[in-house]
Amino acid sequence: MIATTNRHAQREIVPATQNRARVSAIGTRSFLLEAPGDFELAAQRRIWALSRIVKGWEDLAEDIPGMTNLLVIFKETPQDPDAAVVRLLQAWENAQSIDLVGKCIEIPVHYGGEHASDLPALCDLSGLSDREVVRIHHEATYRVFALGSAPGFGYLHGLDPRIYMPRKTMPSLKMAKGCVTIGGMQTGVAMLTGPNGWNSIGFATLEMFDPISPNPAMMAPGDTVRFLPARIEL
Amino acid sequence: MIEILESGPFNTVQDLGRPGYRDIGVSASGAMDPLAARIGNILVGNDENAAAIEVQTFPFRLSFERRMAFAVTGADSNPHLDGSELLSWCAHVAEAGQVLELRQPLRLSRSYVSLGGGLDIPVVMGSRSTSLRGGFGGNAGRPLAKGDRLAVGEDLEIAMLPAPGLAIIEPATALRDVFPAPVDGVLPIRALPAGEHDLFARDGEEFWSQTWRISSRSDRTGYCLSGEPITPTTSIEMRSHGVVPGVIQVPPGGEPIVQMSDANTAGGYPKVAGVIECDLWRLGQARIGARLKFFRSTHAEARAVEQAVGRYVEDVRQTSRMVKLALKAMA
Repeated sequence: MIATTNRHAQREIVPATQNRARVSAIGTRSFLLEAPGDFELAAQRRIWALSRIVKGWEDLAEDIPGMTNLLVIFKETPQDPDAAVVRLLQAWENAQSIDLVGKCIEIPVHYGGEHASDLPALCDLSGLSDREVVRIHHEATYRVFALGSAPGFGYLHGLDPRIYMPRKTMPSLKMAKGCVTIGGMQTGVAMLTGPNGWNSIGFATLEMFDPISPNPAMMAPGDTVRFLPARIEL
Repeated sequence: MIEILESGPFNTVQDLGRPGYRDIGVSASGAMDPLAARIGNILVGNDENAAAIEVQTFPFRLSFERRMAFAVTGADSNPHLDGSELLSWCAHVAEAGQVLELRQPLRLSRSYVSLGGGLDIPVVMGSRSTSLRGGFGGNAGRPLAKGDRLAVGEDLEIAMLPAPGLAIIEPATALRDVFPAPVDGVLPIRALPAGEHDLFARDGEEFWSQTWRISSRSDRTGYCLSGEPITPTTSIEMRSHGVVPGVIQVPPGGEPIVQMSDANTAGGYPKVAGVIECDLWRLGQARIGARLKFFRSTHAEARAVEQAVGRYVEDVRQTSRMVKLALKAMA
């Protein structure tokens, strides 16, 4: 849920389910399991554990960890989709929380300036000054929960609720690669120039994806991320 | 080698895609009409997953720098070789220096040029598909342009091709029992209700009952549909989660977006439905402005269609092989 300090927020980010994990189909081969409860590290650690379990399934084509959820793609359309749902729920029940030991990534950020197009709106929404928003953002320690949306893009958990900001109703059409952004209760760094519904407050030049490397993405689930204010231009 | 003599802005190298990297944010990409790409490759004796050219802006022309087999499948782009009309869905042999031309199709939207031996370009993360968003794969991560020269692999079966070519019955005809034809110009697309379908309440029913139009804001990433907007009863965002082609998301404006081959790998908009995978090629061939209607399907129906498609592809593979062997024996 969006914290009460964001009283102007129009939309809420729904908790997946309150009590029990939920599984829904996306097309024919894919099933999404959403963890119950709050958006927190404990739930994500169980998602990581679930990901490890399903990787052992012979009929698994791919799995994609999301934010307290896991998309499971089977090699074939299952004959009995209900059985696939039950199997996934059982695996979730058996998933023991694990912690991923990750590396620490430091990302120098130019806060403010021409790329911080949404900083004024975030100040309006939060009632904080731009200086406070920037301080709150760079003082936190973030955890990579999952990658997705663009090559190498990491969804970071650990944003201070005072600077939560919903995604835009109309995305920016050409946000620059490198923009440091906030989307709901998540933060991250834009990996591609293009349409983007998140809110930009700064800019980073660190290259975080190399398609021809054996490990193309710099970030991996479990990594820790710190933003270092290289420059603050307000 | 082949050389591109004329091309529009969106023609790319594609194979059957780059699955397996969505968990680091990399779209699968791949042909928008994978069935046409598979059949084209089989006709020229390639592995189904060989890289071909997806042509979606016409006219398109290329020249062959050596003798090679080729086939044009997918949308009927009235192919001509040195000015002589050719059959689509047919393997032909081009001589060095000849020019292949593809013209604007009357229906459908994408043609595939498969070459005997396949396009010989570097594999990036398991695929030769162009990732336009990521700027890698295929032809240096970008669309084809006039003057580009592409290497073609060694063709082991060209000697077995009959001189007049080797044609097959195209899937729309051969599989008409499992792919119903458009009714009054409205393409039927089968889908399953997805996670947030019930949040749309009565608008959820509207989703199935109305006719949608593919808007001009549509590309390989996704099709935006225009029609009567649908909205969930409560205004929500989901936590970011993995998505795959076929997912039908509904942004706050209420007009659905169908994710296609270059689908985002994650999303947070509520999902009203998901197109069944075996109908995605039909959507991939639908044009901007085309009208379509969604029909509720089931996993069982999807499996039955997948099996029928599998039998057809196998039949093409076996038959083309047998014909080639028989002709070789007679030669």
